[in-house]
Amino acid sequence: MRRSSSARRTGRNPASTILVTGILTVVAVYFLVPVYWVVIAATKTTEDLFATHGFLLGPSVHLWENLTQALTYDGGILVRWFANSMLYAGVGGLLATYFAAAGGYALAKYSFRGREAIFGLVLGGVLVPATATALPLFLLFSTLGIANTYWSVLIPSLVSPFGFFLCRIYADATVSDSLVEAARIDGAGELRIFHTVGLRAMVPALVTVFLFQLVGIWNNYFLPLTMLADESLYPVTLGLANWNAQVDRLPEFYELTTGGVLLSIVPLMVAMVVLQRFWRGGLTAGAVKG
Amino acid sequence: MATTEGDAAAPQRRAAWILLAPFLVLFLGTFVAPIGYAIYQSFIRVERAGLFGEEGTTSSFAGLRNYAEAFANNEFVGSIGQMFLFGVVQVPVMIAAATVLALLLESASARWPAAFRAAYFMPYGVPGVIASVLWSFLYVPGLSPIIDVAALVGIDIDFLGPSMVLWSIANIVTWTYTGYNMLIIVAQLKAIPAEIYEAARVDGAGPLRVAGSVQLPLIRPALLLTIVFSIIGTLQIFAEPQILQQVSTAVGNEYTPNMAAFDAAFNYNDYNLAAAEAVIIALTAFALSFVFLRLTNRGQR
Repeated sequence: MRRSSSARRTGRNPASTILVTGILTVVAVYFLVPVYWVVIAATKTTEDLFATHGFLLGPSVHLWENLTQALTYDGGILVRWFANSMLYAGVGGLLATYFAAAGGYALAKYSFRGREAIFGLVLGGVLVPATATALPLFLLFSTLGIANTYWSVLIPSLVSPFGFFLCRIYADATVSDSLVEAARIDGAGELRIFHTVGLRAMVPALVTVFLFQLVGIWNNYFLPLTMLADESLYPVTLGLANWNAQVDRLPEFYELTTGGVLLSIVPLMVAMVVLQRFWRGGLTAGAVKG
Repeated sequence: MATTEGDAAAPQRRAAWILLAPFLVLFLGTFVAPIGYAIYQSFIRVERAGLFGEEGTTSSFAGLRNYAEAFANNEFVGSIGQMFLFGVVQVPVMIAAATVLALLLESASARWPAAFRAAYFMPYGVPGVIASVLWSFLYVPGLSPIIDVAALVGIDIDFLGPSMVLWSIANIVTWTYTGYNMLIIVAQLKAIPAEIYEAARVDGAGPLRVAGSVQLPLIRPALLLTIVFSIIGTLQIFAEPQILQQVSTAVGNEYTPNMAAFDAAFNYNDYNLAAAEAVIIALTAFALSFVFLRLTNRGQR
């Protein structure tokens, strides 16, 4: 942080501090208003939701009732959706990172025929809209008989072309050839060298790739919507969208939806704030080298 | 740089392929195969015999008929045009906002930069669908406190009307991704060596001058990256309008290209048309990214 502190030495006068901080505060209000609204809304009954002002608490606070109702409705299906999301995002994120690391390392540290062709192909994959592959993938999975199973969401989540790209660049820059050579002289096998020397040097990039993939899978909607029909396999995004679709016919779904939305965004918000510094580390490396 | 300049020794070559294999197999299976399959599907036509197809189906080569059908569908073509309009406005607004926020946060004048940065980045952790559900509540008359507050000062807003709903969707996308783009730009700003700032200070450059002639040129790669990803993202928009459909009659089943492809596949069971539309979406995303990068490269040289 030595750098930024010297960058901020230029111009330090109270008027511009007030102006800049004022602008930043107004922008922060914009980003926080929807979250504030849902916190308030989750304390209200459906009648109060419409009868009282949206930014103010109602005459009575029903937060606990709404949250327990959301958690226990339909045999606790919301809890199951959370568990599914964690499975898809956790397993998908970890394995995708490992596979991207191995592939990126292989491209960076070995020269073999077809190396640049593979890199070019995967780079093209970064630019392919994920939703363009979801529909044909559903058709393929249907013929294989694995549409509407855990596998149908998990398998596509194991691939991160962007992670592969980042890992190659990072391995190029940080895994030192002399260290690899020294391990070879010590008699270590190639795979062992990757798992000790390679992975260790790539840790900052791996954290970034994992977080990108984790958030990407957690936030995904189009893929599970295309693949899944069975409600018990839904991730939390799809489940809550389903609840929201019913508020017109069944007003009690307002309470369920606001409670469910609140429960689902709180862990993510905390995670974003806590993990912020990890995003920074890896991204800088990728951005500068790339 | 590779370990050896020529071709590697046999055990090393074998190790390379072993390490590559899991990624490559999955990539071929979930990217290359579906794209190939979509292209194949887009060139055939499935005919159903009998009233409900109960007497079996026959498929035949259809040439460009599915593509012709896609382009003859005014709703689909209109949805692409709609996304152009959306992107031309939303992407510059979002990237400009992200850049200004990043510069302000990295400037000497910002108090509590870490807290502000966290607040701006937080929406990125909220899935697009959930963000859309949240904002849809803030758009619905009777429920929205924003409409109430606006009415107090005499402004009458209809977030969900035909002329406004596209920008209500743009607002959701901007809310979700501005902080994310800002973080990428901040990362690149932090990588600018202190000596460069020092030199600018010695030359007597003020903060605005530093931003214009030092910081902006140096964060160019981050800006290009965020713009290309935003262009691709714009063509994929699906969750936001699909959720708003429940509260706005102005959003039809084919409001965006992706919604149109989804509609063709699951409401009409016309997978061949859906495949042609998916191919058109991917090609448009490629072409736009390519044209954008070409134009900006020429500008540099």
